[in-house]
Amino acid sequence: MENKEAYWQENLRLIFICLAIWFVVSFGLGLLLVEPLNEFRLGGYKLGFWFAQQGSIYSFLGLIFWYGAKMNKLDKKYHAEG
Amino acid sequence: MDELKLYTYIAVFGTFALYFAIAWWARAGSTSDFYVAGGGVTPLQNGMAIGADWMSAASFISMAGLIAFLGYGGSVFLMGWTGGYVLLAMLLAPYMRKHGKFTVPEFIFDRYYSKTARIVAVACLIIASLTYIIGQMKGVGVAFSRFLEVDYGLGLGIGMAVVWVYAVMGGMKGITYTQIAQYVVMIFAYTIPAIFISLQLTGNPIPQLGLGSTLADGSGVYLLDKLDMVVTDLGFKEYTTSNLGGTLNMFAYTISLMIGTAGLPHVIMRFFTVPSVQAARSSAGYALVCIALLYTVAPAVGAMARLNLMNTIEPVAGENLVYDERPQWFKDWEKTGLLKFEDKNGDGKIQYTADKATNEMVKVDRDIMVLANPAIANLPNWVIALVAAGGLAAALSTAAGLLLAISSSISHDLMKGVLTPDLSEKNELLAGRVVMTIAILVSGYLGLHPPGFAAGTVALAFGLAASSIFPALMMGIFSKKISGTAAIAGMCSGIGVTMLYVFQHKGIMFIPGTSFLGDMGPNWFFGISPNAFGAVGAIVNFAVAFAVLKVTGPAPAHIQDMVENMRIPGTVSAAHDH
Repeated sequence: MENKEAYWQENLRLIFICLAIWFVVSFGLGLLLVEPLNEFRLGGYKLGFWFAQQGSIYSFLGLIFWYGAKMNKLDKKYHAEG
Repeated sequence: MDELKLYTYIAVFGTFALYFAIAWWARAGSTSDFYVAGGGVTPLQNGMAIGADWMSAASFISMAGLIAFLGYGGSVFLMGWTGGYVLLAMLLAPYMRKHGKFTVPEFIFDRYYSKTARIVAVACLIIASLTYIIGQMKGVGVAFSRFLEVDYGLGLGIGMAVVWVYAVMGGMKGITYTQIAQYVVMIFAYTIPAIFISLQLTGNPIPQLGLGSTLADGSGVYLLDKLDMVVTDLGFKEYTTSNLGGTLNMFAYTISLMIGTAGLPHVIMRFFTVPSVQAARSSAGYALVCIALLYTVAPAVGAMARLNLMNTIEPVAGENLVYDERPQWFKDWEKTGLLKFEDKNGDGKIQYTADKATNEMVKVDRDIMVLANPAIANLPNWVIALVAAGGLAAALSTAAGLLLAISSSISHDLMKGVLTPDLSEKNELLAGRVVMTIAILVSGYLGLHPPGFAAGTVALAFGLAASSIFPALMMGIFSKKISGTAAIAGMCSGIGVTMLYVFQHKGIMFIPGTSFLGDMGPNWFFGISPNAFGAVGAIVNFAVAFAVLKVTGPAPAHIQDMVENMRIPGTVSAAHDH
């Protein structure tokens, strides 16, 4: 395959986006901003508490599958899948 | 024999028979079968196996109990033990699969072209894995002695024998297919009681939704609001906001568990069993689906168990339970010593408060919550029997994965890689089996005579993985220049700082009295507890490695080419050993 460097740069950009979201949903909404978020509710859940015990895990799941799908496309685009 | 005992025997020995049948069907014939299951496991199968491998007796038995008593503070375990899979999927698994070797120390040897680095990695792996196994063996012993009323030692022996049969015979191949069965047993055993209890309390069969619903008693009060009210009335901290040692400590704790998870060798080596780089990425996703099924139910189990416990002791506000009228499960657990009542004011009723002077529930062990939960909620006997089989599946599957990590690091890395490089494949396979047998005996002995440091060891296992293995692997993939010298310096200083901190607060090798700074909040570095210090160790590791790199110069050109190759999926061969 050609353009190994471009492939790697696109991968790095994707990882950066995913890890930014990873940080925001767990450390951000579940920990640092938990008190202001707890003013809002999701059914019986305080919102900050929900992110810490439920929402962050669902977000992690979404992130891994989204990253996998994007990378499969990237592999095809750069003919890297072998 | 009473009905419960009969059901429990059927559930436990029925599942054991299933594991043996699978092990016989999936016997290992080559080193590739033994170490990486021949490299042909599908992502969904691998995800279930990782789930069983990862979710130990601690996840199954202890975690919901911890959450029940820590409330919001227990979130560090939920986020920490799931968030690590995001890091695995993006930072480690695909590239390490591309490289295509059998073990983590072997990867470190190739990347850092150094036998010293390989030996350091083997040492970290053995310490982390052995400490973990002790916990599993104890779990097996406790489950047997509680549910089948056999002697703790005999229960442990049965557990060791079962693991020996399928792990030694089948290697990774046998373990993988057995773990798939164990995952299924475990997840049913965990969710069925939770569904029943959620239905009872809220009318909603899905525990994740039940936790956010109103109570089914017609009051229209949300379950979590009710729980907050009940616990604060008795002087405990509010359930949904109670913090665990401050925001910074929770932050460091969560990140330590996340990078520790991503750095645990017995989890990483599972990604060597799939056929391609793409499959490695999706495996991490399937693994997290399987894990999330249990981890999103756990907070509901914890909160509902706490509410049920409170309601049992104080059914109507102001009218406490009379001790002589206590339910059967209360008496059963009193016999084990894990639940203790002391009638301090002599009124014959049970007062349970946060005030030590008047609290009469002098001991409520957190670990009993999951096991006692079905009985507290008056669920049928077959559900209780299922929980016993599930707890054993959780402990056995994790022990088997750890045993494989230990035996492969000794037979493949230490013997074949360093001491006797001309070992034939047949002899290496034999060596792997002998080492695994020895490892089972050692861990069984340690489970029977737990060393004084057993209680503090989970912190050490995660601390080691977080501060040594994870940074070394990540730098090796994301920096082409990082050299062997830099990586070794980083690993040693990362572990060094973490162990020093754990030992100075918890005692040298956890021996009480040798902790020169004492295990107390004021002496903690910025209030970070020893369990959470792996995050700081990892930062030290990265910093030292890059400082040494600046002084000693980059890795040679052929290594840089190898890293470049690792980053491109390309055509992947089955994992091989040369």
